[in-house]
Amino acid sequence: MNNTVLDFGFTPDQKDLQMMVREFGEKELTWEKMREFDDRGEIPMEAYKKAAEMGLTAITIPEEFGGAGMGQVENAILSEELGYWNGGFATTVLANGLAFDPVLLFGNDEQKAYYAKYIVDGGFAAFALTEANAGSDAGALRTTAVKEGDEYVINGCKCFITNGGVADVYTVFALTDPDAGARGLSCFIVERDRKGVSVGKEEDKLGIRTSNTCEVIFDNVRIPAKNLVGQEGKGFKIAMTTFDLTRPAAVGAGTIGGARFLIDQCVQYAMVRTTFGQPILTNQAIQFKIADMEIGTQAARALVYRAAEMLDAGVVDTTIAASAKVAGSDNLLKVSAEAIQIFGGNGYSREYPIATIYRDAKIYQIYEGTNEIQRMVIIKSMLKAYM
Amino acid sequence: MNMLVCIKQVPDTTEIRIDPVKHTLIRDGVPSIVNPFDAYALECAARIKDKNPDAKITLVCMGPPQAMDALKTCLAVGGDKAYLVSGREFGGSDTLATSYILATAIKKIEETEGKFDIIFCGKQAIDGDTAQVGPEIAEHLDYPQVTYAHEAFAEGDLVKVKKEVDEGFEMIGVKTPCVITVTKPNFEPRYPSIKSKMAANRKEIPTIAFADLESIIDSGRIGLKGSPTKVKKTFTPEVKTGGIIIKEDTNEASAKVLFERLVADKVM
Repeated sequence: MNNTVLDFGFTPDQKDLQMMVREFGEKELTWEKMREFDDRGEIPMEAYKKAAEMGLTAITIPEEFGGAGMGQVENAILSEELGYWNGGFATTVLANGLAFDPVLLFGNDEQKAYYAKYIVDGGFAAFALTEANAGSDAGALRTTAVKEGDEYVINGCKCFITNGGVADVYTVFALTDPDAGARGLSCFIVERDRKGVSVGKEEDKLGIRTSNTCEVIFDNVRIPAKNLVGQEGKGFKIAMTTFDLTRPAAVGAGTIGGARFLIDQCVQYAMVRTTFGQPILTNQAIQFKIADMEIGTQAARALVYRAAEMLDAGVVDTTIAASAKVAGSDNLLKVSAEAIQIFGGNGYSREYPIATIYRDAKIYQIYEGTNEIQRMVIIKSMLKAYM
Repeated sequence: MNMLVCIKQVPDTTEIRIDPVKHTLIRDGVPSIVNPFDAYALECAARIKDKNPDAKITLVCMGPPQAMDALKTCLAVGGDKAYLVSGREFGGSDTLATSYILATAIKKIEETEGKFDIIFCGKQAIDGDTAQVGPEIAEHLDYPQVTYAHEAFAEGDLVKVKKEVDEGFEMIGVKTPCVITVTKPNFEPRYPSIKSKMAANRKEIPTIAFADLESIIDSGRIGLKGSPTKVKKTFTPEVKTGGIIIKEDTNEASAKVLFERLVADKVM
């Protein structure tokens, strides 16, 4: 493995974390091990259990609530190293942080402790915003939450929910004022064992098949009023603030891991694969492909860690966060397409892990806000400076 | 249960290069790891600790200052305290001298940590492959020893050890204090958690130097001069290939062909 230029001035603790997760991946997340889970579309539960015991699923949960209390740079290191081996597994692990972040950012201490326990104890959490008619357009959501005495009654159906089928607790966005659109949106903690919560259809996906994506249905689900996160009507702001935090590490860094894996694989393969009596790596056509993969990956990586560092310094810059997500995911799709080209027929075969990453890569351009939405967010944020 | 685990830091590769002149290992540029058998030994101790929360695991390692890294790695996966035995005077020690130094250091550590009930070692280190230091520590301390252990179970002052033998396994009961050397079991050592890893990085690891042992150690039995082993030559044995397989219809016929061949080659 190419271990050079991976150090962004990381602290000794951060380097240790990097090595820890790398060793975990080398043992638990190889293609030989992941292939059957990818075939069946299943979370590798044994590996997840080990990751949870290591504290990887609770990395950003503050220490006082049982987590590792780490920041976005560490979260990015985790995401990159898991993404190196398996994008679906990285998605499964990082989805816990995405679900917890609204509570971390806007919840009270009691809610944080309550929610964190599910994750710290090895369970799953899920962020439930998307609906059939409302993805990136969060203003068009239909799920409602009606206050009745000390309770809210939630009705609606969420779709494409990562960890939806396995979650012990959900972070649900529902309208408390349906006439107000996005301004009428609120955020709630809903436990899986509440009456009326059920899991619908599981998605049979193109990629990240080692993650679980399900419909989640809320049918007259009664939750106590104390499960409201922040205030009524703040849901849209909570969701957008969460995305500012999660785009660089959860999405951006995962793509860097995948791209690094492909570069490592391509260099090794091109050194041993011979045509016309010499390794294909001696062809400039192959050299340029790999050099371009490296350029794109280094550039995206610099942006991802810059964005993560800024977040840890308390600087929320939507442009940088969204750019990191776009740069990483666009790069990975290019790199994975070229990697298949270098591997030729072997790249197209499921005997090699290359095709899997090509399938996995596409999701990063879609989830947590499509790259088109990211570009809209970027220009909107940019233009503020010109007004 | 008060346990000690002996740790050695070794080069992380099977492709170890050997200095053609000095016949010693070239360690430059080779990353170091905890000797895998020592990691299994630590896991055995950690499993005892899982069942007996009062149990304590102390680690000891003899080596240069950078061996501190190996001890930190082990502190993250079960070790409570760690000591590094390090000093120029100890350099050049063979297995006899090393085990004597370690046995002496163990007595010194016991002054602080109390008497150890079980001393775990890996069955051998992957660099030297001698499998001598563990058993020699037992002899220096005059303790009973069980070698090639897969797992150990503590029951009062008796330790039950699942030991590998040619035919399978033996369960052996051994009274504490004792030395147990561990081979590759059918489980993997645990992973560190983020918290245990960070805590390990912040732990102080005291160094035991020659001066700390001076009053209780015989300086003639350590280092190069205390080492009867002299490496005369290190070489890679020639790989022999091209054997023939004789497989006739019956064993008798095979024996006959073999006999004729041996006679023809004037071996018989």
